[in-house]
Amino acid sequence: MRRMPTLLALAALGWAAPTLAHVDGVAAGGLLSGLRHPLSGFDHVLAMVAVGLWGAQLGSPAIWLLPVAFPMVMAVGGLLGLLGVPLPGIEYGIAASAILLGAAVTVEAQPPLGVAAAVVGFFAIFHGHAHGTELPAGDDALRYSLGFVVATGCLHAAGIGVGIVHRWGWGRTALQTAGAAIAVGGCYFLWRALV
Amino acid sequence: MRRERLRFAGALAATVAALPSPAAAHLDATGLGPVYDGIAHFLTSPEDLLPALALALWAGARGAAHGRRALLVLPGAWLLGSLLGMSAAATAGSAVVSALWLLALGALLAADLALSLRVAGAIAFALGLQRGYLNGSGTPAGLDGLIALLGLCTAVFVLVAYGAALLVRLRATWARVAVRVAGSWIAASGLLLLGWALRG
Repeated sequence: MRRMPTLLALAALGWAAPTLAHVDGVAAGGLLSGLRHPLSGFDHVLAMVAVGLWGAQLGSPAIWLLPVAFPMVMAVGGLLGLLGVPLPGIEYGIAASAILLGAAVTVEAQPPLGVAAAVVGFFAIFHGHAHGTELPAGDDALRYSLGFVVATGCLHAAGIGVGIVHRWGWGRTALQTAGAAIAVGGCYFLWRALV
Repeated sequence: MRRERLRFAGALAATVAALPSPAAAHLDATGLGPVYDGIAHFLTSPEDLLPALALALWAGARGAAHGRRALLVLPGAWLLGSLLGMSAAATAGSAVVSALWLLALGALLAADLALSLRVAGAIAFALGLQRGYLNGSGTPAGLDGLIALLGLCTAVFVLVAYGAALLVRLRATWARVAVRVAGSWIAASGLLLLGWALRG
């Protein structure tokens, strides 16, 4: 038993394999490709901006908890997609996310923090899964993932930035209008998924 | 008995962390000499940079004592691992291990988890040893390689010093929240990388 740690360490050190060089072009391509991916689908963009807008309306701590919850749970969805775990009704889920999150912004819904986080997390699974199944082979995995998550976070941040106008009367109306526009956009994507 | 079990668990964890696969790393040729090659390699390798950054920021967020412990242990362990790796066959850690480091340290930063100084030191030691070993094993033997590794470890030292010091001094709530959000991004990237690695 006492010698076990030494034996394990020696086994690990001896488990060597040949060296390969990495390709820098792939690395740079992976980061840019990851940054572009969340922006490539307008349905994703609508939902992610809506998360930021809703967080800004709800105020602290939701303003930072929702944008933390979304990328984390979205990554879980991405993991499921990468592993090939099937998830039914992905396109409907993504469209429904824009409708419901847009509606929440429109009516200035104020649910308990846990409920808001659960709603955001639930829809994040669909977005993550869709992205996970679409991830291109051959890109640098870590740089791609990093670019993907950063772009998603920046969309939330854009929503939060715009949502700051909530403190003014005209701003509240503008946000509600934006929420309605997002919900209408979600309806369009739902219709497209159904037809 | 309990101590033996702990030692065994630690050794097992270290073994898994050290399990190599075909190496895909080499030092970047900047044309400015081996010191800058080492620094450039660290700064352009997110699998090295991000866990070290997450650890530095978390340690700083936990206070000056944790920051000092990370500053003392991480670069030293990195150098030790580099020297061990330099004398071994060329290897690279699996993407699963890199993903787990990102996931664990990103989550640690996002959750602002309170851990003892001893545990913080152990994490810094394990991270430095594992990443350093991989850096060392991908570096050509000789004086230039050694200088490159010293440059790399200096970059680790500077990153931890600035990262931890920044968080120790940072008082604004929004800024501390922003750092925790960055931690969640690192963890999410690790989770995606894990899926990618498991997909093969």
